[in-house]
Amino acid sequence: MALKMVKGSIDRMFDKNLQDLVRGIRNHKEDEAKYISQCIDEIKQELKQDNIAVKANAVCKLTYLQMLGYDISWAAFNIIEVMSASKFTFKRIGYLAASQCFHEGTDVIMLTTNQIRKDLSSPSQYDTGVALTGLSCFVTPDLARDLANDIMTLMSHTKPYIRKKAVLIMYKVFLKYPESLRPAFPRLKEKLEDPDPGVQSAAVNVICELARRNPKNYLSLAPLFFKLMTSSTNNWVLIKIIKLFGALTPLEPRLGKKLIEPLTNLIHSTSAMSLLYECVNTVIAVLISLSSGMPNHSASIQLCVQKLRILIEDSDQNLKYLGLLAMSKILRTHPKSVQSHKDLILQCLDDKDESIRLRALDLLYGMVSKKNLMEIVKRLMTHVDKAEGTTYRDELLTKIIDICSQSNYQYITNFEWYISILVELTRLEGTRHGHLIAAQMLDVAIRVKAIRKFAVSQMSMLLDSAHLVASSTQRNGICEVLYAAAWICGEFSEHLQEPHQTLEAMLRPKVTTLPGHIQAVYVQNVVKLYASILQQQEQAAEPEAAQEVTQLMVERLPQFVQSADLEVQERASCILQLVKHVQKLQGKGVPVAEEVSALFAGELNPVAPKAQKKVPVPEGLDLDAWINEPPSDSESEDEKPKAIFHDEEQRQARHRQPEVDEEELARRREARKQEQANNPFYIKSSPSPQKAPVTAALLSQRYQDAPGVEHIPVVQIDLSVPLKVPGMPMSDQYVKLEEERRHRQRLEKDKKKRRKKKEKEKDKKGKHRRHSSLPTESDEDIAPAQQVDIVTEEMPENALPSDEDDKDPNDPYRALDIDLDKPLADSEKLPIQKHRNAETPKSPEKEDVPVVEKKSKKPKKKEKKHKEKEREKEKKEEKEKKAEDLDFWLSTTPPPATAPAPIPSTEELAVNAVTAPDNTCEGLRREEAEDENDEAEQDPERKSSRHKKKKHKKEKEERTKDKKKVKKKQPEPEEEAAGPVENGAAEEEPAPPMSSYCLLAENSYIKMTYDIQASLQKDSQVTVSVILENQSSSFLKNMELNVLDSLNAKMARPEGSSVHDGVPVPFQLPPGVSNEAQFVFTIQSIIMAQKLKGTLSFIAKDADGATHEKLDFRLHFSCSSYLVTTPCYSDAFAKLLESGDLSMSSIKVDGISMSFQNLLAKICFHHHFSVVERVDSCASMYSRSIQGHHVCLLVKKGEHSVSVDGKCSDSTLLSNLLEEMKATLAQC
Amino acid sequence: MIQAILVFNNHGKPRLVRFYQRFPEEIQQQIVRETFHLVLKRDDNICNFLEGGSLIGGSDYKLIYRHYATLYFVFCVDSSESELGILDLIQVFVETLDKCFENVCELDLIFHMDKVHYILQEVVMGGMVLETNMNEIVAQMEAQNRLEKSENFPMTLHLSTR
Repeated sequence: MALKMVKGSIDRMFDKNLQDLVRGIRNHKEDEAKYISQCIDEIKQELKQDNIAVKANAVCKLTYLQMLGYDISWAAFNIIEVMSASKFTFKRIGYLAASQCFHEGTDVIMLTTNQIRKDLSSPSQYDTGVALTGLSCFVTPDLARDLANDIMTLMSHTKPYIRKKAVLIMYKVFLKYPESLRPAFPRLKEKLEDPDPGVQSAAVNVICELARRNPKNYLSLAPLFFKLMTSSTNNWVLIKIIKLFGALTPLEPRLGKKLIEPLTNLIHSTSAMSLLYECVNTVIAVLISLSSGMPNHSASIQLCVQKLRILIEDSDQNLKYLGLLAMSKILRTHPKSVQSHKDLILQCLDDKDESIRLRALDLLYGMVSKKNLMEIVKRLMTHVDKAEGTTYRDELLTKIIDICSQSNYQYITNFEWYISILVELTRLEGTRHGHLIAAQMLDVAIRVKAIRKFAVSQMSMLLDSAHLVASSTQRNGICEVLYAAAWICGEFSEHLQEPHQTLEAMLRPKVTTLPGHIQAVYVQNVVKLYASILQQQEQAAEPEAAQEVTQLMVERLPQFVQSADLEVQERASCILQLVKHVQKLQGKGVPVAEEVSALFAGELNPVAPKAQKKVPVPEGLDLDAWINEPPSDSESEDEKPKAIFHDEEQRQARHRQPEVDEEELARRREARKQEQANNPFYIKSSPSPQKAPVTAALLSQRYQDAPGVEHIPVVQIDLSVPLKVPGMPMSDQYVKLEEERRHRQRLEKDKKKRRKKKEKEKDKKGKHRRHSSLPTESDEDIAPAQQVDIVTEEMPENALPSDEDDKDPNDPYRALDIDLDKPLADSEKLPIQKHRNAETPKSPEKEDVPVVEKKSKKPKKKEKKHKEKEREKEKKEEKEKKAEDLDFWLSTTPPPATAPAPIPSTEELAVNAVTAPDNTCEGLRREEAEDENDEAEQDPERKSSRHKKKKHKKEKEERTKDKKKVKKKQPEPEEEAAGPVENGAAEEEPAPPMSSYCLLAENSYIKMTYDIQASLQKDSQVTVSVILENQSSSFLKNMELNVLDSLNAKMARPEGSSVHDGVPVPFQLPPGVSNEAQFVFTIQSIIMAQKLKGTLSFIAKDADGATHEKLDFRLHFSCSSYLVTTPCYSDAFAKLLESGDLSMSSIKVDGISMSFQNLLAKICFHHHFSVVERVDSCASMYSRSIQGHHVCLLVKKGEHSVSVDGKCSDSTLLSNLLEEMKATLAQC
Repeated sequence: MIQAILVFNNHGKPRLVRFYQRFPEEIQQQIVRETFHLVLKRDDNICNFLEGGSLIGGSDYKLIYRHYATLYFVFCVDSSESELGILDLIQVFVETLDKCFENVCELDLIFHMDKVHYILQEVVMGGMVLETNMNEIVAQMEAQNRLEKSENFPMTLHLSTR
């Protein structure tokens, strides 16, 4: 055995290692593939050896080859062997290879479950870490299910290194095994407050990913995130949280209001561009969600746009790009604010950077108006000419079309101009978007009736010069426009000036080189054209000319009959026969024109693309019911599709409205007649065929009457762009014409106005002169050149409103749309967890790995116990956190801006619902939202009676000022605050709402409340948040806060200012508004409480003038404020107590009537403790100071008394803390 | 989420290919090639964001890259990541490489692809940012290197005594 090992090791010295392989490949540049295949053969040999080191080396080389594009999945089993090596060195190689090449389809992956489980519970943190990292890349639904519980345990591992990895991988587990989300969520939430910043950041990361997909389920976490946002200094975490808020605020407008101030402050204060940018983004999201009703709304928008302009003007291209990106978000809701920066954006179109140009293009889309559309498009057209590279040019092309066609061609005033733009675009070389242009041509020609004549003339020119389009660029799709051109010329042939010429153009031999589907349209439309020519000539009584045309058809059509394309061939031969028949009739002198043109009688109307889907299912029709008996098994395979097809046809017929049914019947009849007419052997007296359905996608139904037509109001405009007159392309002509037209119109209007004005002036002598002499040109004033009918797209009657149109049923994140606030049902527990909890001592490990030493059992048991305890604790904490209900948070903590109760928003919704009655979809959705809102409001009302009972108690606890304020400002939300009663916790009375903000000082102008927050990251700093509320009717500004520093505590002042300078408050306060400012203090020793004297100075400005005012205060830093809530597990807690270097002290308070639950909640809240363990009326609690003192408490409740025993690494701190606690408890 | 991390040199030779979503090897190579062609034609003084679009995952994804001497570091990320944040992250990754390899150059990446992967694993895990603190990353790497040495050392001792 030993010999074998040595032999292996020696062999290994002759093997190539990774470096040799790389070197070898570099030395064989000419025959790399051959060399590598040699190496793979060697690797295969190495993998056959027993020595794990050799195998690991081979797998390492394979990983390198995988990067070069070689499939290494054949070595999957060997990779698993290396993964299960006992040495970390090899294990790591194995897991790396696995993470690179394993996936859900790898069949051996199921063999890894036990190995991974073993590694996860390995005593070495790096074994565990490597397994977690590997697993994160190849986790499958099976692995996720089997390992979810093990990973969940690791989330509470003692090592932060493991914790953070375990937390992060949970996201992957959730994705693959959504059932694990609910059981794991409480712990995940707990990790948001993990003492280790890495773990915290991981938890934030995971929750943000989850919330991004299903934000509404995570709204209840908003308070927690808000706290993190105001306390965290880690920009990564901040960015994630701020991004998350961006996703949450559309769901809860009150949240947005709460956010806007701290975000604005961050925007002002941060130096990190990344953070600034995300803040701006989220503020934009907030403003979008608020829509209206915020007084300083426009100020925030202005701030954002300003900051973005700075970004866009920056020389750093990255900032420029992002600035434009964010700008486009503002554009959607506040186009006006962005439009004023048009200069900047047009400038960006000339940027050398394509990404930036594309972004600027996006912005243009929202910036057009009737006024500037032509100018902008003109500019884009020059870019099209200049553009290098087809990608950008194609992008320009699509953008031009997008911009022009947006919201039903809203901004186009002159369609002649638009058609000529489209025609100009056909001259683009190498574009892929011929079909887009074609679709636009069709759409415009069909929907804008007034333009048809012009369109037809342009299209016939296009057909005439088809050789230009088709010859040079046949392969790149621009010839698609010929499809549109041919169809338009055919369908609207009555508008053609020289139909004969167009007919000849369409029958040129060159046409046969076009793609089949275009030829088919040609053939079909040649007949339409033919029909109209016949009619014209018969009316003009020129039978010879008519016969000539027929002759031309008979001569030219055979070229299509020979086409290889079936469709073309079929149509051509049908039509050829038809024409020959006509020729016969003509020979006999029978007038045929009317009958031929009857083939194409009727008007086409556009139908909405979704119309078919929206047809309601008639009552009593079961679409899933069998119409025919299901095919029996004995039926042969090839008969089945037939049956299915039949079934579908039936359905379609049923879909239609009754009158359509008749139409359909009629059409069939006509089709039959037409068939007969084309049959030379069928002789019948008077054919009256109707046209067969047209292939164009838009058109699927015919109606006799044109529906209502929208008239666009008319007026004029002034274009500032100087236009080059000589040699300008066609569309420019129209720009110029349009400009003149608008000018004329304006003159006329001015005249009228002046006349009116004069009349007015006669009435009210010159009173309105200034007002009316300003010719204001708003968009609405511009009239279209032609009488434009944009025919609206038709929808079936009583179409079904459905929002589901765009939802992808295969979205993997849909499965994670899970209500996280519902209590866990037993059935939801993670499967393995259940297994392990079973009373029987056999654990799955034991089953799966039969050889388990007895020793290893013990720790497992312990672990189990530990887990159970934890679960208990979780339950407890859950109950405690009831008080942290979202509504409570949104209402009790004094928000910076007075957050109105939800009622106004309901009203707003109601108004919306009323104003949009015709839009059934919208209306319905809104009504639903309203219903929800109603429910939400009713709920708290139901509970409010109960709440009132408790109010007495609460009144005692709450500092009077706070209460007053809450009452005064938000009576509504406060009632809601009593709401949170979760099922399963009903026997416990809910904890009263608590606020950590207490009064600092107050006078007739201003009220200050404050809270002190400590964070573990900074051992000698605390942040004091002061809420300033303007209680007067004056405008408060130039606020400055100054504090007399003590030796022990100093306020952090901006660099360069002396200790006597105050710190300016970064905002101003309009009457009735409150806002929060934060000040940082440096504390040397934290073992004693202390007070600092300070002054707030400000200028109060009202109608009478400004006065300088002052307000003195005393800032009290209690010892509790230096404590940071830190979770601690019972085993760590026990160790701490055993260590013996803690001093002890105790207090006892009598006359306490409050429930133990609430008592604990109070201690947790006011003194920043967390409950480690609770047994009946006894609980152990833990907290940590910012300077690392451990504080342990044992709280016991007697009949009417509470005793608190404390242990702490500093005796002074402990006694001070206990004194403070005594004061709190005495109020209970 | 980060969808892929690609490192290649000025000639498009891959130096590190890490996908967090399954693609067959030939597609991976194709993506590397196309990404290379996309970034290659971009000057150094234009923005570091690219809408990769069709390459991976569609319009929600962006390519964010940095160019260092002979190497391109490209991250393909979706909209949940902050663009500037990812640029910083690339910087952190490169600086970490620099610390771990002591003046990193392309050759280090060529011959120690495995180590580069291990370092990356401490920065990004399963497509999510794991750690951004360089000192922490370096400390974990060093600890693992020590562990590796302690495992391999007895064996060399064993050999030499024979």
